[in-house]
Amino acid sequence: MHAPPAPTARLPIASDADLAWVRQQVRRAAADLGFGLVQQTKLVTAASELARNTLVHGGGGHVEMTVLEEGACRGLRLSFVDTGPGIRDVELAMTDGYTTGGGLGMGLSGAKRLVQEFALDSRPGEGTNVTVTDWVSGVPSPRTGAP
Amino acid sequence: MSGLPATPASSVPVLALGDVLLVTLQGELHDGTAEQLQDHITHRIAHHPVPVGGVVIDISGVEIVDSFLGRILAEIAANARLLATRTVVAGMRPAVAITLVELGLTLPGLVTALDVDRALSLLGRAPSAAAPAHPEGDA
Repeated sequence: MHAPPAPTARLPIASDADLAWVRQQVRRAAADLGFGLVQQTKLVTAASELARNTLVHGGGGHVEMTVLEEGACRGLRLSFVDTGPGIRDVELAMTDGYTTGGGLGMGLSGAKRLVQEFALDSRPGEGTNVTVTDWVSGVPSPRTGAP
Repeated sequence: MSGLPATPASSVPVLALGDVLLVTLQGELHDGTAEQLQDHITHRIAHHPVPVGGVVIDISGVEIVDSFLGRILAEIAANARLLATRTVVAGMRPAVAITLVELGLTLPGLVTALDVDRALSLLGRAPSAAAPAHPEGDA
């Protein structure tokens, strides 16, 4: 048993400029960890979608970035936290094309496809926490798992 | 405090190459800046002294296109089309294309080209004559 790693960085999400800053910081962390270009691009894009959700639907919040090390595996975990209205119907919110914010409705469902691990915890009236994790060259994505 | 972005929000220049509008997107684009650009291009098309023959948006310097920017690009093209003008998005990076497809955003209404020269050709404009970046030289 060991304590969970402390967040490496905590970035506020309260404006347009913060979204850009989050993208830059996630890109830098992913590059430092040795993620390939495509994986970096997917992770930064997912982070952009989720940070915008935090801003637009959650009324702002923050993201915690944590570098993970499990044996030889290194990864990056991003936790997007807001104290907004929460998501009443998570299954509906995860549906492609479903939107309440005037977007294309690809944010949540799309972000989930771009990362290896995705967890959503939302309580109506209390807020939403979306956590995504990517490992360097680690876990193959499910659809390419078959030999 | 190190919370300031390295690249400040700024408006994106829209250049006229003959009758084609050339927009070069680079680096971090704030949501507000992208929305301003959409507005700006649409008004330029409507009020240009000579009819605009097309819009080329060069995104070769853009590292990520998320659903917001993807929607803006699609809307710029749709606005332009309603104003009788074609739009070509040029120079998308391979990693961006892969990510957009996985995101579920294939943007079927968007005309694309691998680079600005080919975008100009698609619009029926001679690339070498129009692109000022090329060094001058006689054949």
